[in-house]
Amino acid sequence: MQKVTRDILVKRASELLADGTVSSVLGWKAGEFDYDVTPATFTDTESLEKGFVWSDFSAANLSKYLVSKTKSAEGRILVFLKPCDTYSFNQLLTEHRIDREKVYAVGVPCEGMADINKIRSICGDGIIKIDCGEKLTVETLYADEPFVVEPSEVLLEKCESCKSKKHVAYDELLGEEGEVVDSSRFSEVERLEAMSADERFEFWQGELSRCIRCNACRDACPACTCEVCVFNNPASGVETKAPSDSFEEKMFHIIRAFHVAGRCTDCGECSRVCPQNIPLHLLNRKLIKDMNESYGTYQAGETVGASSPLTEYTLGDPEAGDVLEGGGKNA
Amino acid sequence: MQRIGVFVCWCGSNIAGTVDVRAVAEALSREPGVVFSCDYQYMCSKTGQDMIKDAVREHKLTGIVVCSCSPRMHEQTFRKTAAAAGLNPYMVEIANIREQCSWVHKDMIVGTEKAIILGRAAVAKVNLNSPLTPGESPVTKRALVIGGGIAGIQTALDIADAGFKVDIVEKKPTIGGKMAQLDKTFPTLDCAACILTPKMVDAAQHENIRIFSYSEVEEVRGFVGNFDVKIKKKARYVNEDICTGCGACVDKCPMKKVPNEFNLGMDMRRAIYIPFAQAVPKVATIDPSACNMLKNGKCGVCQKVCTAGAIDYTQKDEYIDEKYGAIVVATGYDPISLEKFDEYAYNQSKDVITSLEFERLTNAAGPTAGKLLRPSDGRHPEKIVFVQCVGSRCASCAEKGKEYCSKICCMYTAKHAMLTRDKYPDTEVYVFYIDVRTPGKSFDEFYRRAVEEYGVKYIKGTVGKVVPEGDKLLVQAADLLTNTQMHIDADLVVLAAAIEPDKSARSLATMLTASMDTNDFFTEAHPKLRPVESPTAGVFLSGACQGPKDIPETVSQAGAAASKVIGLLAKDKLIGNPCVASSNELMCNGCSSCERVCPYGAITYENKEFRMPDRTVKVRRVARVNPAVCQGCGCCTVTCPSGAMDLRGFENSQIMAEVDAICK
Repeated sequence: MQKVTRDILVKRASELLADGTVSSVLGWKAGEFDYDVTPATFTDTESLEKGFVWSDFSAANLSKYLVSKTKSAEGRILVFLKPCDTYSFNQLLTEHRIDREKVYAVGVPCEGMADINKIRSICGDGIIKIDCGEKLTVETLYADEPFVVEPSEVLLEKCESCKSKKHVAYDELLGEEGEVVDSSRFSEVERLEAMSADERFEFWQGELSRCIRCNACRDACPACTCEVCVFNNPASGVETKAPSDSFEEKMFHIIRAFHVAGRCTDCGECSRVCPQNIPLHLLNRKLIKDMNESYGTYQAGETVGASSPLTEYTLGDPEAGDVLEGGGKNA
Repeated sequence: MQRIGVFVCWCGSNIAGTVDVRAVAEALSREPGVVFSCDYQYMCSKTGQDMIKDAVREHKLTGIVVCSCSPRMHEQTFRKTAAAAGLNPYMVEIANIREQCSWVHKDMIVGTEKAIILGRAAVAKVNLNSPLTPGESPVTKRALVIGGGIAGIQTALDIADAGFKVDIVEKKPTIGGKMAQLDKTFPTLDCAACILTPKMVDAAQHENIRIFSYSEVEEVRGFVGNFDVKIKKKARYVNEDICTGCGACVDKCPMKKVPNEFNLGMDMRRAIYIPFAQAVPKVATIDPSACNMLKNGKCGVCQKVCTAGAIDYTQKDEYIDEKYGAIVVATGYDPISLEKFDEYAYNQSKDVITSLEFERLTNAAGPTAGKLLRPSDGRHPEKIVFVQCVGSRCASCAEKGKEYCSKICCMYTAKHAMLTRDKYPDTEVYVFYIDVRTPGKSFDEFYRRAVEEYGVKYIKGTVGKVVPEGDKLLVQAADLLTNTQMHIDADLVVLAAAIEPDKSARSLATMLTASMDTNDFFTEAHPKLRPVESPTAGVFLSGACQGPKDIPETVSQAGAAASKVIGLLAKDKLIGNPCVASSNELMCNGCSSCERVCPYGAITYENKEFRMPDRTVKVRRVARVNPAVCQGCGCCTVTCPSGAMDLRGFENSQIMAEVDAICK
């Protein structure tokens, strides 16, 4: 259950539309089911009242949509941003991908979003309705009684390892501001680091071989906003549309992890949208952890205009050899 | 499809000794695109070059691969050969089968195999080469010299004598630098001022030289041949054009207790001052931190006594914008701070001094009018201990000293010791050293004279501690040759402090995008072959800003830097390097990553209109590379997330083709 309710969001959006501050609203709308909430644009109060959804399934990070919206839309766009989304928002501003003038950012506190897969593992298939109250009430085709699920037990991975309940950017904040969270988000990376090279290869082989190259990770990733993606560019030499062999399926994800290194805010969208449940965020998180250890803690998107350690050079930077000798740790 | 010719060089036995050159030529003849291949003893010889030219004509070659030595050696040679045969010079690729192959292998089979692989990579690259044409840019025929010490003065004089305009920017109120503070100069013992001041006057009188004293470089933009520089002329509160340098203001200034930096704080100056008698320009400067009139409006004596009416308390900092074709860095050095060297009691006793302070103590224009007297009680010192390498060659104590040798200390200490014994034969003089380094013309003879004729006691060993006791300084030391402990009750201890680059050097390097080493000395473009050029085009190095130097070496380097500047300014147009980065605007995201990593400031952004397929116009922020500034380092190409940035002549696709060819 989110502390700031849907009605507050709809009311505020309607006011801002009415007084002309914004001409459109970027939010979420219902899908076929209660759990497949999807990003949507609203331009009038009526459609807001009817279709706007703010629930435990409004997980989609809307910041990336601003890249194209601020280029095409007339007038300002109201966007609702959860704390983690604001890091992506700042990073996109740093990279000049969003026209800040055309955005009216409204911060929304977030209690964490629900993972439908975890709910399914409790309630089984055939979910027809989920009521997001204090507890989640899940009705299925096959059970006589609805299941009552504790939201904290079915959090998305990205919410379990939430790094911040504090917004780093907004024009207006609804509700109360939170704090940066000291999560143990690197614990899974540490577990993988402790493996032998063969075990680790086995692990990734098992995960990445499930990839169907649907490109959902890339398409949802707020760091992947290139005008022409290298995977769509015939001149790049890596353009492919399907995982033709086991080398290629791994290279796609590794190339992508390197492309977003230093710019990835660890928003976790890649893993959330993966239909094959590949823990893609671990690749990015490993690079973040390495960078933190080698160059000092850096959080992409924390401030606008900050330079990633990968595009900065200081005399104190460790040499490549030092990093290798330490097995990924700063020597 | 290219028509490629492969030319395999034997380099006598340098290559042919470990590489079967015939087999290489044979193997490469089967590579895609290759229509001709041969081998020859010396491809760089006229006969070898003629072979290439003939083959270009006969086989209608469009590209050339020369398997030979490093491209650093003969790439230019073969590019010219290609151009003479009517090919674009950038259609030539060198496969380095000498330094990277024959010289590092002993086995013919291994060497040959690797040479073939390297040749194959070069062929793969040439298949993707396209003709490149360098751009041109004009040259502003004026040079800027930053720093007005002997290095800057000499460089400026040499450039000005060649007929080009030069501006010297000096942050102190006068030019002259460290040399003006010295007493005598080794190894000939001429008086520093006697040989320096004529040069200062020459600079001041030269019609091609302007001196901006008490000024600093504030901002540098642009590139080789076209620098835009903002110079801050600090307010000296005296109108330079009117002041006659009579000194009446200095005599009457009631503020008498300002430490005199020219004498390293060993005496006092007034709030309005002229640093020394031969200062250039000879004008007074008011120290705003000491002047009562500027601090609280109470005084105004100097204005009353100035008959010329030159005093102006309302003067403001002035900014001058000027264009330059070349910039010479001559920012010099400073002795390091000895705060961390407590063992030598520098901070506890006035009679522990640095060598530069010793220079002032023996200088006729110094605080003691040239008499060697102890700073504490003005008594003549009877026993003097000189300590060498204080903070120099200090590998184990890098946090307080420097790892390098300061180079000048051995000689000036020999000079100090000799002059002391010459003037005051009753004085006992000890010099503690790690090694005595005297490699210079007449240097070793000079040092031998100090030991043999003047009886200076040179002791190989280090001073462990100096303890002030009563009016003596107890020096504890080790004599490493006799392996004994020594205790000397000295009257004066002189520390040869290490020298380091001037503090302003780092911020200047940032402004100039010139590179520095870990000690903040400016780096040269090549330590042996381009010693006075910075890797940044159009920026040159003169004097101790590049590394510790004595006067003869500084002056010769200053002249060398000047000749490089003259060579640059003599050109009307500069031919650029066509191997520069360029951005594919259709793919550029405008994210600024490349701009952040560019060490030369060559990348800017513009909002550009694009006509879209649906007939709309879209405005996008895209990167633009200034080809005259770009040095082709390639940082931007690896940073670009979308692969929009590419380096001509070293395109991503070419490098990947080389890698593929090697891994085949």
